[in-house]
Amino acid sequence: MSLSVLAIDDSKTMRNLLGAALGRAGYSVDFAEDGQAGLDRFSATDPDVVITDINMPRLNGFDFIEGARRLERARIVPILVLTTETAPEFRAKARDAGATGWIVKPFDAAKLVWAIERVTNTAASQ
Amino acid sequence: MTFAVSDEFRDSFFEECCELLEAMQDGFSLMIDGRENVETIHTVFRAVHSIKGGAGAFDLNELVAFAHRFETVLDQLRSGKVRPTSELYLLFQQCGDHLSDLVSAARNGTDGNSETEALLLQRLQAATQIDLVPSTAAQTSDDDAGFVPLALEIAPLTAPAADTQHGWRITFNAASELFTSGNEPLPLIRALERFGPVKITADLSSVPSLDRLDPMVCCMHWTIDVETSETEDVILEVFEFVMDCAVVEIQPLTGADLSTIATPPKDAGSTGPDAGQQAPIALDDRDIAPSAPPIAATTAGGSASQTIRVDFEKVDKLINLVGELVIKEAALSQKIGQQQVAHDNAVLLELEGLKHLASEIQESVMAIRAQPVKPLFQRMARTIRDAAASTGKTVRLVMEGEGTEIDKTVLERLVDPLTHMVRNSVDHGLETQEDRIAAGKSPEGMIQLTAAHRSGRVVIEITDDGAGINRDRVRQVAEEKGLIAPDDHLTPPEIDALLFLPGFSSKQEVSELSGRGVGLDVVRSEIEALGGRMSVSSEAGFGSTFTISLPLTLAVQEGMVVDIAGQTMVVPIGAIKETLYATSATTHSIGLGEKMLSIRGCLMPVVDLGVKFGFRAEASDLRDRVLLVVETTANKQCALVVDALHDQRQVVIKSLETNYCKIEGIAAATILGDGRIALIVDPEGIARRATDFSPASALMAQTAHSEGGALETI
Repeated sequence: MSLSVLAIDDSKTMRNLLGAALGRAGYSVDFAEDGQAGLDRFSATDPDVVITDINMPRLNGFDFIEGARRLERARIVPILVLTTETAPEFRAKARDAGATGWIVKPFDAAKLVWAIERVTNTAASQ
Repeated sequence: MTFAVSDEFRDSFFEECCELLEAMQDGFSLMIDGRENVETIHTVFRAVHSIKGGAGAFDLNELVAFAHRFETVLDQLRSGKVRPTSELYLLFQQCGDHLSDLVSAARNGTDGNSETEALLLQRLQAATQIDLVPSTAAQTSDDDAGFVPLALEIAPLTAPAADTQHGWRITFNAASELFTSGNEPLPLIRALERFGPVKITADLSSVPSLDRLDPMVCCMHWTIDVETSETEDVILEVFEFVMDCAVVEIQPLTGADLSTIATPPKDAGSTGPDAGQQAPIALDDRDIAPSAPPIAATTAGGSASQTIRVDFEKVDKLINLVGELVIKEAALSQKIGQQQVAHDNAVLLELEGLKHLASEIQESVMAIRAQPVKPLFQRMARTIRDAAASTGKTVRLVMEGEGTEIDKTVLERLVDPLTHMVRNSVDHGLETQEDRIAAGKSPEGMIQLTAAHRSGRVVIEITDDGAGINRDRVRQVAEEKGLIAPDDHLTPPEIDALLFLPGFSSKQEVSELSGRGVGLDVVRSEIEALGGRMSVSSEAGFGSTFTISLPLTLAVQEGMVVDIAGQTMVVPIGAIKETLYATSATTHSIGLGEKMLSIRGCLMPVVDLGVKFGFRAEASDLRDRVLLVVETTANKQCALVVDALHDQRQVVIKSLETNYCKIEGIAAATILGDGRIALIVDPEGIARRATDFSPASALMAQTAHSEGGALETI
């Protein structure tokens, strides 16, 4: 059973790139295109780890994380934020919302996998 | 980007950019019109943000740099730190245009216009007081920004000499909220194990008794010794995410400490990912079991998108094949018809089914090619802004019916004529601000682009609220150029039509902007090459409207197969308003062989197609002949005489111009079911010439005739 990742990003390009990077690393990937869809997918698929963008329509990344943390199953699921924002206050805001970690775009596939490995107990595929 | 990015992703990024740019320009239009809502600025911001994000992934640094600065300004507007003004919105629109240019430049691998960019940034900075002019924002494009190092509260250590350094001691005092942030100590320790053998000591002194234990509160501390040659930064990167919910300290291990780490290395020989130097293939080799084929991305990728990309060539091939299918189907029908089978024969029923299926396939294929005119209109918006800037006029653009769909090929071939037309409208149509104010109008000119489906055609209108066509001037120019005689009597519409005559416009009277020696006659012939028509209406003081009417598709047409003096021809169904038999009561002879039809109090000229095309000398008797009433886009009617109607069918249009030459009164050719070629009549053209008779139109007809050659030659 490979580790399942839910990738939430409103940009199709980003979803494509995430899909390629994560797929190549052996993760199974599910996608959502905004925070609201992310919550729906989370409930439906129960992923092992979530990677979310911040700036998204309908429900932004911060609100997604807060919403997810209120779900019983998502209380301690690692949620990594993937964004171009580098400002410390953004980071603090994400942490306050319940984010586990932070990855800055443009992301590097190896670093992305390395970040996931540092927050999950299962390797990509076992 | 350190992993290979396929061209497909790149293409898809540029496609997404087009959508995002469209959304962005929509947002700006709403803002300028004062119709924006709270979501508008967010949408615009996200569009620019997403372009930046994607551009970063493809190392398009020029695009990233500008998008980043633009985004910074939009963000300040979003958060209310910058006050919106209409001037700022207009500036945004220009920045949006520049962003579009940068996207195109990135796509083509060229450089953007750095002068424009510098100027825009200066103006943005002046308007918003945000520090934008270079060196503030480039860090996002920096490849090393993948992980921005955190400010660590660790006393700087004197780095031990590399050859004596063999390990680190990390004390990891987690705060109670470690778990609720989604972090866990175990993966961190596992990560450290990658670097070398580790020795872990857990401090359980703060763990309460079981009855008071809250599993969500972390109350353990660890001391981890790791034997490795990795640097301090690499080790600390492991703890990057827990830095603000733990106190992490790190010190170099002494030789004595090292000897106590007895655990054999789990992953001997593996090195951790060291600051992105590691190729992803190495990760694959080490961590991926062979049982995990990398299909996850492919399958999951499919679930994320609602569209597929198809080469246009493939669609074109499909369309051609469907065209052939329709012809074959017609041939089959005809053959079966000749076999004199019984009406209830099962073959006929099946054939009927095939017919429906073929026409449905045809419609579906056509729908693939159809695209909304919106991107075209947005392109025109850009043209109008540029034209307005260079003429010093202020122009407001109103768009209507942007969702109207047209065949992609038609859409592409409309770009040039339409660009010319809108430039013309800004340049010649609209007055200068002073003149507008003097005329009691708003100083801001208005240009409206409208698209709509009207009776099986697409009609595009370009309307301006300028001074209207100066008919005295047009007449004067036409006389000077010898296009009309001074004593020619012309009605206002006829004068307006002079604008479309070849040789009317010249470099002397068109400005630098709209004139490149290209007149409206060229625009008109481009439109006509698409099977379209152009007309103009104008009212002095209130503006002009140019109307372009186009067929929905270039590939097929619903046609009426008719017989004219023994020749089989096709009349497009869309043009036929009414079909009737000629009687002596309704047709009247006027003058020398001229005939008029009178129906419901309306008189219209009668054109015998047999005579028109030279199949017969003169039609003396209209009795039993069929009259097809057709209408021009200018709402003028005319009756075409044919001998008999055969049937109505879909005809696949084969261009006559590309295969032979343009013939007046003939739009195209088609292949009938029996394999014969039939010409498709151009009812609009014939009707226009018949109803519009005037010296100017005679001249136009003459030109077309001499260009096209006589029909007898085929």
